[in-house]
Amino acid sequence: MLSSARAWEVLATVPDPEIPVLSVCDLGIVRHVQADDEGVAVTLTPTYSGCPATEAIAADVRAALVEAGAGSVEVQTRLDPPWTTDWISEAGQEKLRRYGIAPPHTLQPGAPRPVRLVPRAVACPRCASKRTTRLSAFGSTACKALYRCEDCREPFDYFKPL
Amino acid sequence: MAETREPRLEYVLRLGDSALVLGQRLSEWCGHAPVLEEELALANTALDLLGQARLLLTRAGQMEGAGRDEDALAFLRDPQAFRNVTLVELPNGDFARTVLRNLLFCAFQEQLWAGLRASSDAELAAIAAKSAKETRYHVEHAADWCVRLGDGTDESHQRMQEALDTLWPYTAELFTADAVDEAAAATGFGPAWASLEAGWQKLVRPVLEEATLAVPAPTAFRSTGKGGVHSEHLGHLLALMQTLPRSHPGARW
Repeated sequence: MLSSARAWEVLATVPDPEIPVLSVCDLGIVRHVQADDEGVAVTLTPTYSGCPATEAIAADVRAALVEAGAGSVEVQTRLDPPWTTDWISEAGQEKLRRYGIAPPHTLQPGAPRPVRLVPRAVACPRCASKRTTRLSAFGSTACKALYRCEDCREPFDYFKPL
Repeated sequence: MAETREPRLEYVLRLGDSALVLGQRLSEWCGHAPVLEEELALANTALDLLGQARLLLTRAGQMEGAGRDEDALAFLRDPQAFRNVTLVELPNGDFARTVLRNLLFCAFQEQLWAGLRASSDAELAAIAAKSAKETRYHVEHAADWCVRLGDGTDESHQRMQEALDTLWPYTAELFTADAVDEAAAATGFGPAWASLEAGWQKLVRPVLEEATLAVPAPTAFRSTGKGGVHSEHLGHLLALMQTLPRSHPGARW
C-alpha cells in the first residue's frame, strides 16, 4: 500500500533517461497521481511526440513504484494540455544549469512568434557570459539546441522553450 | 483501389501518412547530411514527424475499429492504401530541395494544427496542440536555410530556384478540395485543406521573397497522393521501410 505522498516521493527519484540529472517530477511530466487500496495510477504527459525516451520513462515509473511496494501500477498518457518547458520546476532549472545545459526561457502563452529565428541571449551555463552563438537549432536531442560561448569557448546545449 | 471510404478516417490517414512518409524521407539523410549539425537537425525533425505519425495512425486505427494499430497501418499497407500527399514522397534531391520541401510542408502543417485544435475529435485536437509546438521549430529551421541558400551564392541560389520550380506544382494538391475535405469541414472534424491556402501563402511567400526566389506561375498539374494514386517513388520508399516487419512478422526488439 502506497500513499499519494509516498508515490510522489518515489517519482522524485526516477530520472529522465536522456537527462538523468532531472527527475520526472523536475521535468513536469507527472500530471496526476492517484493512490488507493487497489494501487497507484500515474498520468504522464510526453515531452516531444518523437521523444524516444517516452516508453522508457513509463517503464521506469512503473518499476520504481512496484519496487516501493505499490500493488498494481497503471501508467496513463495524457496529451492535453501539451507539455511545456514552463512546467520544469525551479529546482529542475538549476539542476540543468549545473549539469551544463542552459535552461529554457519562459514562454509567453499566446504571444506571436515570427517565422524566422529571433536570436536570444542565452547565458552560458559554465561562465554565465551572454556572448553566445547558436550553432544549430537542433542539438543532441529534439529538446535542445547547440550553442557556443564566445568567452569561455565551450559548446553547450540550450533546452529549447516548447 | 481505395482501401477505406469513411471520410473522417481518410482525413486522419492523410495527416498520419504524410507525417510518416516525410519522416522516413528525412531519416534517409542520416549519415549523408552536409554537416553534423544538419545531420542532427534533420534526424530530430524526422523523429518529431514519426512521433506525430504514431499518434495519428493510432487514432486512425481506433476509428477504423478493425484491430489495426499504428504498426499494422505503417508497415502492412501497400502503396495504394497510403493517403499522403505526393509532395512528401518525392526523393530528397539535394539539401536545397530537402529544406525547401520542409518549409512548404511544415508551414502547411502549421496551418493544419491551428485549425485542428478546434476539432470535434478531442484526441485529434490534443495531437494538434502538441504537434503545433514542434512544427514551429521545423518551419523556423527550414525558413532560415531557404533564406541563407536562396540569398546566398550563385550556386546555392540556382539550386534553391530549381528546387522551388520542381516542388511548387506539387503544393497545389494540398489545397485541392474534395469530398473528404468537405465532409471533415461540415462535421467540425477538421478544417477543409482548401481553406488553409491563404494562411499558408502568407507564411511561405515572404520567406521565398527574402530568399530572392521567384515563385512559379500556377499550372494545371495536380498530384493525387491523398486520393491514393501515387508517384512511382512511394513504392520504393515503403519497400525499404516495411521490409523488416514484413520479413519477420511479429518480431519484437
